[in-house]
Amino acid sequence: MTEHLLSITLFLPLAGMLLLLLIPNSQTRAIRLWSLAVSLAALAVSLVSLARFSNSASGFQMVERAPWIPTLGVQYALGIDGISLLLMLLTTVICPIAFLASWNVTQKVKAFHALFLLIETATLGVFLSLDGFLFYLFFDLVLIPMYFVIALWGGPKRLYAALKFFLYTLCGSVLMLLGLIGLYFAHIRQFGYPSFEIAELMKLTLPLATQQWIFWALFAGFAIKIPMFPFHTWLPDAHVEAPTAGSVVLAGLLLKLGTYGFLRFSLPLVPHASSDLTIVRILLTLSIIGILYGALVSLMQREWKRLIAYSSVSHMGFCTLGIFALNPIGIAGSVLQQVNHGISTALLFLLAGMMYERRGAREISAYGGVASSMPRFAFIFGVAVFSSAGLPLLNGFVGEFAILQGAFQVGRTWAAFGVVGLVLAAAYLLWLYQRTMLGPITHNENRNLPDLNARETLVLLPLVALAFAIGLYPKPLFDIVQKPVAELVERVHSK
Amino acid sequence: MSYTAQDNFALTPEILLVLFGCALLFASRRWVLPLLFTGLLCTGAVLWRQYAWLDQNRVADLTAFSGAFTVDRFALFFDALFLATTALVAAVSKPVLRRDFLEYTAMLLFAQCGMFLIGGGADLVTIFLGLELMSLSFYILVGFTREDRRSNEGALKFLILGAFSSGLVAYGFSLLYAIAGSTRLSAIASSLATRDPHDSLLILALATTGAGILFKIAAVPFHMWAPDAYEGAPIPVAAYLSVASTAAAMALLIRLFTGPLAPARAVWEPLLGIVALATLTLGNLAAIAQSNMKRLLGYSSISHAGYLLLGLVAGNRTGIKGISVYLLTYIFMTVGAFTIVLTLKREGASAENVSDLDGLAKSHPWNAFLMLVFLLSLAGLPPTAGFLGKYFVLQALVETGHYALAAAGTLYVIVALYYYFRMVRAMFMMQPSGAVVVESTWSVRVALAVSGALTLAIGLYPEPFLRFAESSVAR
Repeated sequence: MTEHLLSITLFLPLAGMLLLLLIPNSQTRAIRLWSLAVSLAALAVSLVSLARFSNSASGFQMVERAPWIPTLGVQYALGIDGISLLLMLLTTVICPIAFLASWNVTQKVKAFHALFLLIETATLGVFLSLDGFLFYLFFDLVLIPMYFVIALWGGPKRLYAALKFFLYTLCGSVLMLLGLIGLYFAHIRQFGYPSFEIAELMKLTLPLATQQWIFWALFAGFAIKIPMFPFHTWLPDAHVEAPTAGSVVLAGLLLKLGTYGFLRFSLPLVPHASSDLTIVRILLTLSIIGILYGALVSLMQREWKRLIAYSSVSHMGFCTLGIFALNPIGIAGSVLQQVNHGISTALLFLLAGMMYERRGAREISAYGGVASSMPRFAFIFGVAVFSSAGLPLLNGFVGEFAILQGAFQVGRTWAAFGVVGLVLAAAYLLWLYQRTMLGPITHNENRNLPDLNARETLVLLPLVALAFAIGLYPKPLFDIVQKPVAELVERVHSK
Repeated sequence: MSYTAQDNFALTPEILLVLFGCALLFASRRWVLPLLFTGLLCTGAVLWRQYAWLDQNRVADLTAFSGAFTVDRFALFFDALFLATTALVAAVSKPVLRRDFLEYTAMLLFAQCGMFLIGGGADLVTIFLGLELMSLSFYILVGFTREDRRSNEGALKFLILGAFSSGLVAYGFSLLYAIAGSTRLSAIASSLATRDPHDSLLILALATTGAGILFKIAAVPFHMWAPDAYEGAPIPVAAYLSVASTAAAMALLIRLFTGPLAPARAVWEPLLGIVALATLTLGNLAAIAQSNMKRLLGYSSISHAGYLLLGLVAGNRTGIKGISVYLLTYIFMTVGAFTIVLTLKREGASAENVSDLDGLAKSHPWNAFLMLVFLLSLAGLPPTAGFLGKYFVLQALVETGHYALAAAGTLYVIVALYYYFRMVRAMFMMQPSGAVVVESTWSVRVALAVSGALTLAIGLYPEPFLRFAESSVAR
């Protein structure tokens, strides 16, 4: 059993989904409890992996291998290093919370939960795969259930948003596939046998020109997924139209598939292209534009969810800024920022969803002074806002600070622009808080809003606790990523 | 020349098909399907014995009629595909064809016999015979619903343009005969190997032969007949046309272009590349605007023909294997998708518009789920079978350095997804209108279940199927 920990984590949600299909449609309570139980079980198994994980071992741990399509050299290969461990944990933490937050979904309950369990397996698959083909499979598999989640339970413009999301991200991922095929052939040419496995592909020595086209092919897949400026246009529509749990999973988990792709594929497999001066400059510039543009657009939003959506563009810009600083502190900061963004954005979307359920209005101007009618809500919302804005002692600060340190080492200008982004983030988030929570109550509907109930508090508390824990004592996280990040940086810079 | 035992063994499947076809004409309606499936089973058994014979004697092929006909693993692979397609199509045909079912099934077998002759033809005359037998059967099948004017129109267009294309093939074959002095493919191969590929006579022969065969797979600019024929034909025939006819023509293209015509590669490769790209473009873009599902699937088969041609443009082992895998997966998803359309009825008549799918997920969740699988597979998304076919074709293009074609092929997946998902949207997001009912018989359900299960199985565990396809390349 112990040697299959990762497979168990990966397939628990899928098995849970298949069993879920046997529960009759009318038993909504059983469906909810079952999905929650399955996702909690996955969390428990992933915590066992955490306990068994060694911070000092190099390379991948708990590796599992089995031939899958031998004629193509494709393996079913799973394994984790510090980076994938953190993202796996983020996934298994967010998913039960998404289920708990969906207690109020009343339409097609079974399909809704089945799709989310499928999304969980697909997302875990992306983080755990050590084989490019398997990775691609899961990378695409995420799209299908997400399309249905947005298109069936979303807001008024859901059909448009769902299809745009699907086509846009698929466009990137098929181009990414071309890049992977390129690597695959290079491997056959150099070693005489086919393999998609990351460890095998890392043995390649490729000329810079080849590395560059492969880099851009992979870039198409990852940059659209993150999304980097200027490929972000699918994001606001998808996030705004998706149901609450959909937004939480989309922003909290799916965006990380892109940054993870950079760390797992682009940097180690085409290191010379990834550290090529022109490419690095382009990527850093796009990150900075993303940070500033996302922040400025957030500042102008009138809708609550749309503001959070654009803030993701800005925050994910920090993640890519840290990655392409190409130094240990920057990349480690980026991984932490990915986790932190998952936590804080999930909080923000959850809170926005809870408010929407009560009030049914998306415009920020429909609120104001809510703190007096919903003090508990206002408190947690305050934590979420500060966490997202990167206030010290909360989680957001740690990652962003490390990223800025990393960027500073590359050039002061990059760091300076990053700081401007931080200031803007504080501005749009605090202004959001002020316009919705503080001041006198301007709309009578807001006067008697019920405060968070026990279930809602239970949904939010784990994330709040994590936000404080990571903010106060981030060292364990840094320890986990320290080794893989050091290896990654060494690989990129060894010529 | 005398008729030897070996000739007899090689030709047994074809003989069986014709005999059963004739027997069907005299059967009573009740016994049609049992008789037909017995025939298919017997044929399958003989194919299996031929395969075993090849393995046993460790030879690449079984040649008959002093080299005019050959049974190699390539031919056997395609024969198996034709057999599977015919079985699936026959299983779903009965509810559609209330009259003249006997003649219809006989025609299916005759068409299949023609395909077998194409697959195993090693002589221009044998090939032409097979091509004509297949085409003539299809002309009749497309116009089978005599009282339907669209069916008549489609059949007439198909007949006139088809006859023209057969003429082109015959002309091309005669030129090849003039060049080589023989109709045997082996003789043509050795004659062309020493010839300048830019010789004008050879180019003319290539162009006419190629154009004639490309017509059969509805490649641009020889596609004009296809949408009308698809719309007019009874739905199972449209599926049969889309799958079997394309597979047969691709088998012939591979046999000729990577065999005797391989030395002239420098001439045909760029031309074929342009045709493939145009086919992809037109098929995909025209499909967007269709509201009739038969026409939509018709245009989508044109785009699939484009992918198949891309595999031939790559032309290496991976590419040919890619075509084999593509066709293997294409059978099940296409017949499956057409079958879902076939079960929809509005006031007794077939309901063919995209909007007729509205709310299918609510009224028939299983049918909607299967259709989703077929459509995802047609679009080429993992983890369905359709992904593998496209994957191999792309792999072959990257391998042979056709990067631009590979990129184009990849990006058209997005366009394809767009129009396939119009159907998904109708099924899952719309409310049922109530006017459309789903009618199916047990044989239709079996065919759907088999197609759906294979579409998923090939996608999830492709290894055995890839090995099977690999055998087709080992000749």
